[in-house]
Amino acid sequence: MKNMETKTGINWLQINWLRYASPKTFYPLAGKLIPWCATCAVLLIVYGLYLGLFVAPTDFQQGEGYRIIFVHVPAAWFSMFLYLLMAMYAGLGLVLNARLSYMMATAIAPTGAMFTLVALVTGSLWGKPMWGAWWVWDARLTSELILLFLYIGYFSLQAAIDDKNRADKASAVLALVGAINVPIIYFSVKWWNTLHQGASVSLMNAPAMAAVMLKGMLIMAIGFWLYSIAVILVRVRCEIVERDSKTTMFRQD
Amino acid sequence: MPKELSTFSVLYRILARDIKVALRRQSDVMAVFFFFIIAASLFPLGSSADPKLLSAMAPSVLWVTALLSCMLSLSRMYSSDHADGTLEQMMLSNQPTVLVVLMKILAHWVLSGLPLVFVAPLIGLQFNLSSAELQLLAISLLMGTLTLSLIGSIGAALTLGVHGTGVLIAILVLPLYIPVLVFGAGAVNAVSIGMNPNGALSLLGTVLAMALVFAPLGSAAALKIALE
Repeated sequence: MKNMETKTGINWLQINWLRYASPKTFYPLAGKLIPWCATCAVLLIVYGLYLGLFVAPTDFQQGEGYRIIFVHVPAAWFSMFLYLLMAMYAGLGLVLNARLSYMMATAIAPTGAMFTLVALVTGSLWGKPMWGAWWVWDARLTSELILLFLYIGYFSLQAAIDDKNRADKASAVLALVGAINVPIIYFSVKWWNTLHQGASVSLMNAPAMAAVMLKGMLIMAIGFWLYSIAVILVRVRCEIVERDSKTTMFRQD
Repeated sequence: MPKELSTFSVLYRILARDIKVALRRQSDVMAVFFFFIIAASLFPLGSSADPKLLSAMAPSVLWVTALLSCMLSLSRMYSSDHADGTLEQMMLSNQPTVLVVLMKILAHWVLSGLPLVFVAPLIGLQFNLSSAELQLLAISLLMGTLTLSLIGSIGAALTLGVHGTGVLIAILVLPLYIPVLVFGAGAVNAVSIGMNPNGALSLLGTVLAMALVFAPLGSAAALKIALE
């Protein structure tokens, strides 16, 4: 493989990105990225929480209780985004047969499931004072719950198969099947919800959001994004050590 | 030199063989059937014998029970053929794996899904359903159980030869069954409240059509991974 980094200056187009598809070269790169991502994540989340909890105005309908959305909404975004990202890496793994892709998919799953759980818990904490119930069978809540089930299925399959190679591939197929199903499940639940229109609750008719609220939410989202990257990279490094500990790359000569 | 068989006749033989083998062990086939009847009978005992309540519950109860019955027999779809090496021979044949898989799915449906289509209206009578609802129940189960077998075969193929398969399949497959349940039970519910069930039935048909295209592909890929 040609080493492009010997050239003076960094020409981004000429960096051989595929080089980093190998666990051996990715391991040190990930190690360098983790502290930066983690620091920025902490700073952004602290700033986002400050904006959300102190600067943003009190909502005239929901009072102070609405402030949980600064955690809830970004968490819900990432629960879905990370599932699709996981499925994408799983698909890449199947197509290119690249081990690092499988490792990435494996590493993304726990963070995605964590955000799904956070979205569900914060949602029900918000629902109790606003709707008077911890849980309503709203289309969004229900599909978020099903998303958690899909993550659980992915973990369970991976844990059940002893052969790592097969576990990677089988769970990759499951992740892809799940990704195809996510929109179908969402629309079926939505349809089911309109048929059973009992005590209907809508999030859509909330008043227009103040600019500072949106800013707070976006900063929290970027913070969560960097947090995800940092945690996923740590997990990928652990995964690489676990799988490749007997290969030459960790030998101390 | 043996005569070369056409694809169609090979596929027909696979289907016929699967059904024949299963019928030699009738207790397995009957168990699914009886599970459905027994499990559905538990619901009135767990709630009340109020005819109004029962007929309101019936579509969901019968559909969920049918879904669980279909799921219970999934682990058998490939496991016995895998254990005695038949499955590998089938995969090695010069016929497309996708079609072979489709035949095995059809055999599973004939043995575990189709009987439910006939028995569910009878149980529906016990739940005080009207004849229009019973008819819709049978139609929705006819389309739905085939979809369940199709989607379930992916789960069965992924968990082939894995420890504790039964519970694992449930966790993998049940979330994927949700659209079928929603549209299937939804069609019957729509009739109950005097709405047109065609919307739900069309959506159920859409899910079936998509499953017919994608599920054999997914199952074939999963089987290849399992047999590597």
